Amino acid sequence: MNELLLVVTIAGERVALPANAVESVVELESLIPVPRAAAHVAGLSALRSRVLTVIDCMRSLELGETDCSDDIREAAVVELDGHHYALIVDMVEDVIEALSDPAPVRAAMGTGWERVSQGMVETEEGPLLLVDVAALIAGTDAKAAA
Amino acid sequence: MDDLIADFVAECREMLEALGGEIVAWEAQPDDRARLDSIFRFVHTVKGNCGFFDFPRLEALSHAAEDALADVRAGRRHPDGALVSAVLAIIDRIGEMVNAIEAGEEMPAGDDSALIQALAPGAEGAAVPVAAVADGTIKSSAAPRTIRLSVELLDRVMSTVSDMVLARNELARRLRESTSDVPVDGAFERLSSIIAEMRDAITRTRMQRVENLFVALPRMIRDLSAELGKQVLVDIEGGDVELDREMIEMIRDPLTHIIRNAVDHGIELPADRLKAGKREIGLLAVSARQSGNQILIDIQDDGRGIDGKKLVEKAVANGVVTKEEAAQLSPRDQLALIFAAGLSTASQVTSISGRGVGMDVVRSNVERIGGIVEVDSRLGEGTRMTLRVPLTLTIIPALTVSIAGQHFAIPRTAIEEIVRANGESVTLEHLGGAGVATIRGRRVPEVPLAGILGLDSNVEEKDRTLIVLRPAGGDVYALSVDRIHDHEELVVKPAAPAVMATGLYAGTTLADDGSPILLMDPAGIAKVGGVKLEMQERTARIAEGPAAAVSKETPVLLFRGLDGARRALRLAIVDRIEEVSISSIKQAAGQLRAQVGEAILPLAGANGAELPADKVRIFRLNDGSHEIGYAFAEVIDFATIDSDVIHADNPGEVSGVSLVGGEPAELVDPHWLFANHIGAAARNSEPLVCRLPADDPWMQNMLRPIIEAAGYTVVSHGEVEADLIIAKQGEEVGEGAHAIFLRSEPEPSGKKDDSIYRYDRAGLLMALKTANAGRGK
Repeated sequence: MNELLLVVTIAGERVALPANAVESVVELESLIPVPRAAAHVAGLSALRSRVLTVIDCMRSLELGETDCSDDIREAAVVELDGHHYALIVDMVEDVIEALSDPAPVRAAMGTGWERVSQGMVETEEGPLLLVDVAALIAGTDAKAAA
Repeated sequence: MDDLIADFVAECREMLEALGGEIVAWEAQPDDRARLDSIFRFVHTVKGNCGFFDFPRLEALSHAAEDALADVRAGRRHPDGALVSAVLAIIDRIGEMVNAIEAGEEMPAGDDSALIQALAPGAEGAAVPVAAVADGTIKSSAAPRTIRLSVELLDRVMSTVSDMVLARNELARRLRESTSDVPVDGAFERLSSIIAEMRDAITRTRMQRVENLFVALPRMIRDLSAELGKQVLVDIEGGDVELDREMIEMIRDPLTHIIRNAVDHGIELPADRLKAGKREIGLLAVSARQSGNQILIDIQDDGRGIDGKKLVEKAVANGVVTKEEAAQLSPRDQLALIFAAGLSTASQVTSISGRGVGMDVVRSNVERIGGIVEVDSRLGEGTRMTLRVPLTLTIIPALTVSIAGQHFAIPRTAIEEIVRANGESVTLEHLGGAGVATIRGRRVPEVPLAGILGLDSNVEEKDRTLIVLRPAGGDVYALSVDRIHDHEELVVKPAAPAVMATGLYAGTTLADDGSPILLMDPAGIAKVGGVKLEMQERTARIAEGPAAAVSKETPVLLFRGLDGARRALRLAIVDRIEEVSISSIKQAAGQLRAQVGEAILPLAGANGAELPADKVRIFRLNDGSHEIGYAFAEVIDFATIDSDVIHADNPGEVSGVSLVGGEPAELVDPHWLFANHIGAAARNSEPLVCRLPADDPWMQNMLRPIIEAAGYTVVSHGEVEADLIIAKQGEEVGEGAHAIFLRSEPEPSGKKDDSIYRYDRAGLLMALKTANAGRGK
């Protein structure tokens, strides 16, 4: 069986997240900012009794800032090391099947994309970039921390 | 089969743990049948199971021990030191093997026949010095009926319950918005109370008795003192205090370390003790008690104490402090140096302690869980270490504050006081851009939370509120916030690494309305705010001036009794307030008693008064070992007694009258309450004699009942020879007798000052108990 991918749009670009890493897709309502935290941490939100750390994917990719001022944002909820994160994306599209294993992208991408890239996967809708969720959460200071 | 083996291992483990204390107690009193029986039961169980599982070596060992013990039980043999040591060795070996079975490893190599031979009557065994255990301190504990649950499962249940509470809150909001329907409201109320009860119960499942931590101590101390050639009497108390099970694991290592230190460095060799005029046997008292939402664990020895001067010399030599700084250290600061990294006063490194890694690690481990270690020591007389840890890791009482409309929580344990920036005794100044608050003569650095967080506050500086914080182990500073909101009990969860990386937060939590709140880390704020903690306490003291009068005000709780009288109770002894239904108050065993949860408390304050129809509120009063309830109608206010107290003529429930808040109020005498409701039960069979000055009304009225309740007969000057003398600080007492000195100021006047503050109830009780244990044998 081939891996399932969740197709989302980040900064206008369609990319794939590994679907088994994504617990659910939610619409974030309120957002509590975390002063002094890294820029890509948009804040905290609550999902039932769980606290979600909300990650602004555009900031994490150094592609600008998601406009959070208009009420509701779509986000993919993932779990990493026991913590729950909500990744803000422009839009969640669909779940599709991967037709190949990820292969290295040989063209030059932006530095942000380069950092989170797990390679290119073939799908029925053409090639998509597979994004590493952990790298997305770590943001720009991932290298410094490692 | 694997399941069965796992069960067997778990059962052995549990019994081994419970056995550690029993064996030592048995050694001290070999004819104690109950303890012999429980040891016998253990080897018997092991033997039975081994046959089933085919562990021949285990079987041979347990069989041999069982035979020897059976002889003792039948009276054919007298248990001597050699036999006890041999049985101990076998039990240790069984423990090793059980560990190996659990890990799925090979049995540890080694020949068991030597161990078995050592059991034979008349066998040569190393004579082991006997570590005695104080009578009755270790009760043989019958294993309660239990089942095994994984902590993960409990956590899942706990988080489900939290979800339920939030769903309930949501529902409550919706119900308020819609038109109210009485039957629905009634049903909802019932649901609410059930959920609250369930949440309470689930929280309790995470609690464990400190006994689990203490039970291994006698054995450890015995082995340690045998190794060092010392004699140590262990006195353990307060094992029934409950603590979050994770917390118990977290304090296990620090506690062990402190006890090792106490036996190794604190308590002297028997010969040295005799030379110093002490009894040969050193006393090591370990006690736990609950104080509000903290657990205090005291480890007190009567050894040689810590030499502050030596510590300072060493600290200067190691470059921990400069000579100039060292000269300014108060005795307390000197002692605190033992927590500095890389310092050890032990002139020799032993296998047990003294390698210079130690107390600093102990402190950082305790602080990591939000606790504090305190040290108090008098050269030549002993050392007391106190571990203060929060009751639980997961539920933290916190104060919610706000900055620019955003809410934050601050752990209440770190909060010392809250003052308004424009309050009477507060001034706020700026020096080179940094804020310094002067609160009643004390200079405290001020840190604006808005500045730290980079938020814009629209509240004028003078309108803000200052929260005086004392982070774990650190010194005070004042945090200014826009507004304070509420005290809440918050279920705290760890925050994501990206949030923790700021160093400002201790976790996240959900408010009652379901929105996330960040829990601040007081030590982290100080660090980010650039507060120089180490330096501060010393300079702060200078601002106070040498002759600063210590406030003699006693904080009290002003309330209206059931009979309508205006009364006051010292705040320190009120544990908490509870509501009990009238049906749970009954006349039993000669007095009124109230059932609160699973405890039955003697109830005071309700005699002769009319009880309300359905529910009554009671104070839970605690004197460190017993609890009683005190029924009342309503709390009026918090206040302080600053006027003189007019003492009552006869001792009774009311000790006197004083002006509180401008109106007269009766002062309830807690000593009398406890003496009357509990005292009879706590009386000793052979009363010891304590001498009190007859002319001191405070001692006679307030202190006498507590001393009598501790099992002493009180006499006045020179009537009979006293076991214990209590006197005011600075008074002369005769040679020889054990004396306790009381002072009227909370702080000791100097290093040599060994007196006890007269309202330091815990210290007083401890001193009474120590004197008691010392004389009793």
